[in-house]
Formats: sequence, structure tokens, C-alpha cells
Amino acid sequence: MHKRAVAGSLFLFCMFGFAGAAGRFSAQIPKDGKIRHALSRLTFGPRPGDAERVRAMGLKKWIDLQLHPSRIPENPVLEAKLKALDSLYMTSEELVFNYPTPQIARLMASGQMAYPDDPDRRMMIRKLAARFQQAQEQAGPAQPAIADLLTPEQIRTLRAGTPQQRLTAFEALPAEKQDEVIEAMPGVRLALFDAAPPPLRRRIELAGGPQQVVARDLLEGKLLRAIYGNRQLEEVLTDFWFNHFNIYLDKGADHYLVTEYERDVIRPLVLGKFKDLLNATAKSPAMLFYLDNWQSVAPSGRTAGPARRGLNENYARELLELHTLGVDGGYTQKDVTEVARCFTGWTISQPQRGGGFQFNPRAHDDGEKIVLGTRIPAGGGIEDGERVLDILASHPSTAHFISWKLAQRFVADDPPKPLVESMARTFLKTRGGLREVMTAMLASKEFWSTDAYRCKVKSPLEFVASAVRSVNGDVDYAVSLANQVGQLGQPLYRKQEPTGYSNSSAQWLNTAGLLARMNFALQLAANRVPGVKMDPAGAAGLGGPAGVALGSPEFQKR
Amino acid sequence: MTTRRIFLRNSALAMVGAGSAPLWLTRALYAAGAPAPRKKVLIAIFQRGAADGLNVVVPHGEKAYYDLRPTIAVPPPARGRDDAALDLDGFFGLHPSLAPLKGLFDEGRLAIVDAVGSPDPTRSHFDAQDFMESGTPGLKATDSGWMNRALRPEHGKISPVRAVAMGPTLPRSMCGREPAVAVQDLAGFQIGDAQAAGEFEKLYADSPDPSLRSAARETFEAVAMLQSIRKQPYTPAGGAQYPRGRFGDSLRQIAQLIKADAGVEMAFADIGGWDHHVNELGQRASEGQLANLLREFGQALSAFWRDMGDRMEDVALVTMSEFGRTARENGNRGTDHGHANCMFAMGGPIRGGKVYGRWPGLQKEQLYEGRDLAETTDFRDVLGELVARHSGNPSLDGVFPGYTPRFPGLV
Repeated sequence: MHKRAVAGSLFLFCMFGFAGAAGRFSAQIPKDGKIRHALSRLTFGPRPGDAERVRAMGLKKWIDLQLHPSRIPENPVLEAKLKALDSLYMTSEELVFNYPTPQIARLMASGQMAYPDDPDRRMMIRKLAARFQQAQEQAGPAQPAIADLLTPEQIRTLRAGTPQQRLTAFEALPAEKQDEVIEAMPGVRLALFDAAPPPLRRRIELAGGPQQVVARDLLEGKLLRAIYGNRQLEEVLTDFWFNHFNIYLDKGADHYLVTEYERDVIRPLVLGKFKDLLNATAKSPAMLFYLDNWQSVAPSGRTAGPARRGLNENYARELLELHTLGVDGGYTQKDVTEVARCFTGWTISQPQRGGGFQFNPRAHDDGEKIVLGTRIPAGGGIEDGERVLDILASHPSTAHFISWKLAQRFVADDPPKPLVESMARTFLKTRGGLREVMTAMLASKEFWSTDAYRCKVKSPLEFVASAVRSVNGDVDYAVSLANQVGQLGQPLYRKQEPTGYSNSSAQWLNTAGLLARMNFALQLAANRVPGVKMDPAGAAGLGGPAGVALGSPEFQKR
Repeated sequence: MTTRRIFLRNSALAMVGAGSAPLWLTRALYAAGAPAPRKKVLIAIFQRGAADGLNVVVPHGEKAYYDLRPTIAVPPPARGRDDAALDLDGFFGLHPSLAPLKGLFDEGRLAIVDAVGSPDPTRSHFDAQDFMESGTPGLKATDSGWMNRALRPEHGKISPVRAVAMGPTLPRSMCGREPAVAVQDLAGFQIGDAQAAGEFEKLYADSPDPSLRSAARETFEAVAMLQSIRKQPYTPAGGAQYPRGRFGDSLRQIAQLIKADAGVEMAFADIGGWDHHVNELGQRASEGQLANLLREFGQALSAFWRDMGDRMEDVALVTMSEFGRTARENGNRGTDHGHANCMFAMGGPIRGGKVYGRWPGLQKEQLYEGRDLAETTDFRDVLGELVARHSGNPSLDGVFPGYTPRFPGLV
């Protein structure tokens, strides 16, 4: 049995005591509970009025639409909010160029690389390069004295005025002074943010270092989509599959590769063929960098890089264990090494510049390999790796492992075996059709059983997003919400381990997490989460004080 | 006995709830029935970012050290120079910023293990921290941390802060089956609104879900306990002065918890910022980034020692960092990612005043992969000895599966 499944079954055993195994997952949810169940599992929690909308449309039709997200018009409110986060629309190369690291900024300042066209950005980057240079030379930071820049009256207003007064005072300053204020007065910077229009917000964010903006936009985008998106199942699945093929944002070059990875590799394929998703991740610079495959070369390879490089098994191992077969999927250490040999030469053209996938034949091990009993003849080049992905994508262990994991997320911590088997059969029959596997799961009696009903504990992301949704919160900016998700133990895009976060409820039941959930609920209800305003009419539907309702045990479940 | 303990617990918590639990009762609560009134405490400090061990514990007796680092070596011990290494044993010396720790070494309270590290060759911060915290180098699938596995399953009443990590989330080292709490700061570990807190407590006590019920019980117990501890204004003893900043705060709060007899057995704190690729030291070795960070580090450890006083008898504190740095300085007066490093161990049971571990040398052929200090002691040897001989958990196979630690003889 899978290790994580053991923990899950213990948990369920506790929950349901001695319920007979034969009877489990057979009693059906009464009709009026079905919509609530569907909304709690296939979305980031119901908003006021959602249940009525689904009822009017018909549950079946609603599910079918969610399984075909391209037929759902996206929420214009979401689109407008996302538009301000321009880094979300850039390629990795554009990100490196527009939101550079200090090193890249220095190249620009010294003329070895062109500046971006935008004048604001150009000025910011010049300053960044100068600051970096100062740090190099160990000169103290040349902070302009505020008293020399502004009149006492201006300082007073900026420090103590209402948000609108501060903004007016700020906008009355000439552009260079504005920049000095942003840089030298961090308190004012934060206070201005609330009232600032989007372009000024961007300038304030840039003051914290351009590369911070990339992470910030990602976090905001994730929360905004979860809260406002109409294509809710697609978003839930994007979270699931990103986590399945996890990448860690803070591992070097991945800082600039995750945006494209989530947008172009994961999201478009979450209801497509598993094989396509697997292929796309295998060739993504984000994965090649994260699991080090870009550095893996044949032991005898003649590459120009440092001589100490050789075979790196990191990707090969996680590909088998976490992405496809599962830890008990029937592979050996020898298979890991053979798979790693197949992927030698799968690299990135210029990882630090946002470059793309590249196959380097000089780094590739061209000998014969045997993977899971299948002979891969010598001389296959790039096709060796592609062959491996084919074998894995259609392997029964993969069908089982993927089905089990989806059922764990959507049905129960210890998903019923017959359900997993039936989903795995669909997986094999449809050559890894993820929409078909989801459809099979959603048509099963187990999904609609009372044992599945409200048996899962929400992850921090699910908790925070569902809380805002339930009170119809208006999110002006979502950074504080994203930080809350991190405080609750799920820093987004920052799970170091390739395992991703656990889909099991037990993961989220710890003291610090629970305490933080109750406090978040109280803060949200008191409108004390920056950037978020609760809709009193929306909160009225919760019955009782919103803070207590959102922090209650019932609200932790889905 | 059990009855008495439960009685004590309930009445104490009831009184805490009413805002009036005396400290003696809180103490009695977690001491009652236990054979030894004071728990052995193991504290782990993680220096994130890979500290440059060669400039922390300086091998001033090794000529190659000065050849490899023409601009960022710490000068050999010299009377009257405040930027020179502080001699430990004629071969090694401490960085001058660690002056507050020199006395502890001389008194035999602080031990150093050198050329210690992980056998795994990775030079990735991310992998190396992961391996050191899971306690299983090379194995990524391990889902718990060594400190959690070092806690022996206990029955009956367990202190809510038995395993406590200072920070917003539970570090990898403490994840696992045994309860462990992350506390960002003692003052903040409470529910903002007292009335809501009462309602939450009741709602969770009535929840049909046993997992939520028990997690909530642990939470409210920890909140109540920390609330009663917070009531006593805390003044560090012995005139101890913790440095400003998160690390000093972490150690001060750990001291506060231990001295309040809250039942702490494992504690964790970390301090970042050790990744010095550029301008590691200033024009003088006693200045610059590493010197400043070491000053904070040394002051915090020495303040903790002073503050703890004779309570240090029950405590062993150990420091670690994911790997060391290149023996040779790079082109930016910094160092790049390397291999072996040094660890400190201090506390009552530690046989200090000695630098442990075999010194592998810094000649080209002695370096790991021709560039880094070689590892001659596995970090699990150090941690294993502390877990077995100090914390009293002999089943190291469960703590470091697949590895049999060879004790360096620290305890």
C-alpha cells in the first residue's frame, strides 16, 4: 500500500470508526446536499447565490460545463484585475528582461544588454544597477535626506494624512522626488499603496526590487483566479497538477520560469491527455532546471562545461516515483539510472536568460538502455527520452497512481479501491484522457456517497479562497491573502520538495495552522486583511458572526 | 497518579481560562507524575544559506588556507589585533566576531566539530537543507524530520510545546507524526478576540470530527499555557543581552519557555543570510557581512547561555548549516558552494574545549572534488550522539534510518 495512503486510512478509520468496509461509500447524499457537495469539491467554495444558480441550470449541465472550461465565458472582473499584473502575460525571456536581477541590471547599465523600452522601468533598472554597484564597493547606501527633499508640511501629510491626502500630496511632487520618496520612506510607500492607481502601485512594487514583482504577480494571480474565476474546476485542477508536477520558485533560474510553466504547460492541459502534460513538463525549462536534468550529461560526454558534471538522476527518480508510476509502481534503482541515461542532453539553452528547451546530442548517452524491461536501442538521441515518456504514460501503474491521487483530492483521503480501479480502467481505455477520468469519477456512486460528504479538510489555499468567496469579498489586491496562505503553512509556489503539498487532510491539522485559521477568519470578518473588503450582505448568509462562522470546524471542511 | 494529573491539568486550564493560573500550578501540571521533574532539552539551530566554516573556525595553522584566500582570510592570532583569529588549540581559531563564545570554549562548555557535513555531494541549498533536516541524505521521499522522529512516542499528557519551532511554519526538521508547534512569537500565539476564542473552543469541542477536535484541543492548551507564561514579565537573567533581530528573539523565547517549565524537549530556530558569494569580509576580517552576522550569532548564543544559568545543565544546543563553501575564494572576494563545514555543540552535558573531527587538510589533493573541505564526520554522528546520550532515545535506527552513527564522544 502507498505510504501516504496508510496515513490517510488511519485518519478515516478514526473518523468513521467501525463502519463496515462493504457499506462504505455506498449510501448516497440526499438530493438537496448534492449541489453543496459539488460546489465544495469542484470549486474553491461557494459564493452567495452559487447554489441557486447551479440549481437553476441543473447540476448535470453545470458539471459538464466545468469539464469544458473553454465554453465558460471568463469573469470580466477577473480579467480586469489580472490585466494590471503584466508579468503574467510575459514569456520567460521577457520577464528576465523587464524585471531583471541585479546581475542582469548591471549588464544593462554597462551596455552589454539593451534596456527595456519603458522609461519608468529603465530608470528603476539604472537605480538598481547603481545600488548593486554600491554594495559591491561597500559604500554606505546614499539615502537622500527627506528633510532636504520635502517641506515639513509635505512630510506631515505623507506620513499622517488620510490615504487620499497622501496620494494628492505625493502626486503633486515632481517625478524624481516621487521616486526618492518611494525609495526612502517605506512606511509612506505602504500607506500610499492602498489609494494608489495601478501604475503607481507597480512603481511602488518595483522599489522592492524588480524580481519581486514576478513572484508577487504569480501569487496575486493565483488568489484572484481562485476567488473570481468562472472556470473553477480548471483552476482547482491547475492547482492539483502544478502541485503534482511541483516546481520551487526560489530555486535559482526557476524564479523566471514558473510563470510560463503554469500558464502554458499546466493550465491548458489539465483536462487533456496525460501524455501531453507529461511531455510538456519534461521539456519545460522550469522542470529541467528544478530537477537538475539540464546539467545531466553522459559520463563520457564531451561538454564544454566544468569537468565535474556527470549523470544526474534527480529528474529520472522523481519522474518514476512522483510523476508517473508511484513509489510502489514496480521500478528498480537500475531503471532510475537507465531513465536518467535516456534523458541526458535534455537541457536549456540559457537558463539564466529565460531560454527554452534544447537537446544537446554531445551530452547524450547514445548507448543501449533497458527501461522497465523494454529495450531502447542505441543511437536514439532525443527519442530515447520521448520513448520513456510513452512507456510511462501508458503504464498500468501510472493509470492507477494518477487515479488514486485524483480520487484522494476529490473524494476521500483513503479513496475506495473500486473507484480507483474503475478510474484507472478509464485512464487506460482513453489513453490517459484526463477529462474522461474526471467524468468517470464524477459519475461514480462513491463521489456522491455520504462517506465522501464533507470528509476533507481544506488546504490553506482552499480555506482562504473559500472564506473570501463565502462573504463575497472584494479583493483590491491579493498579496496579503497570499501571505496568509503561506502563514497557514502552504507558501504558494514555494514547496521546496518535488512531492508537492499533501492532498491528505491530516497534513493541515496542526496547532499553529488551526490557530492561524481562526485568527484569519476574525481578521477577514473585521475587514482587517489589507486589500480585501467583506460584503456585509454576503456575510449575512453565514448565520451568526462571520468571524466565528469562518473559523469554525465546519468551515474547515469541504 | 493519572487521576491527579488530569485533575491538575483541568483545574489549571480552568484557572488559566479565568486568567489566574499561578506559575507553580502550570509547572506542577507538566511535572506531575514524571520521574524527572526537568526535561532534557535539545535545541537545533540552522544557519541557512551555507555558512563559510573555514572563516568561522579558522585553520590558522594551515598555510594552504592563506594561499587559497589571499583577500578574505582571517589573520592568524596576534596579541593586540582585533581582526585576528582567537586561538583555540594552536591550529584552529574562532573568527574575531565570535569573541563572546571564546570563554565558553575555554571553560569546556562549547565543543566544535570540524570537517563535518553530509555525505551527499549536492551543492544545492535546497536539496542540502532538505537532506539535513530530514536526516536522510540522498533520500527525497522522507516525509518527516529527524527532530520529530527523535521524540519518543509518549502516552498520557504531553506538553503542548514539547516540540517547538520559532517561526511562521513548522520546519522540515520537526515535521512528522508527533505533535510539534510553530510559534512565531509568544505574544502573538493567541486568538485576537477573547469572546470569539471562547466560542471557537466550544465549537471545536463539540465537533463530530475527532481529528479537528484533538488538533483544536492541542491548540487551546498551547494558547492557555503560553498565555500563563506571558503573564510573567520576562527579564533575561544574569544581565544577558540578546542581540536585536529575529534570531535573538527566537533564543530569548526558547529560554523563556524552558525556564517556565513548559515541557519543552525539542526546540528549533534558524538564522539566514550566510550565502556570501560577494565581499564576504570587509577590508578587515572583523568587518563586513560575515563578521556582522557572526557577531549577531555569537552574541545570541552567549546571551542564551548567560540567561539560562544553571538550567543549561539540562540543555544541549547544536548548530548546523547545509554545506560549507569553496576553500578558494572566488573572483568577487566571496566563496561559492562547497562541501564540509563546522558544527557547534554547547550545554551542560557537552564535553567542550576541543575541536572534534579529523582534519583532512587543504592541499589540492586533499580537497573534495579538488575544491572543497572534505567531510570526515557525518552530521548524523553528532546529532545521533545528542539524541541517544542527551535526549535518551537509543533507537537511532528510527531517527536516522539506514545509518549507524559513530559517536564523536561529545557527551
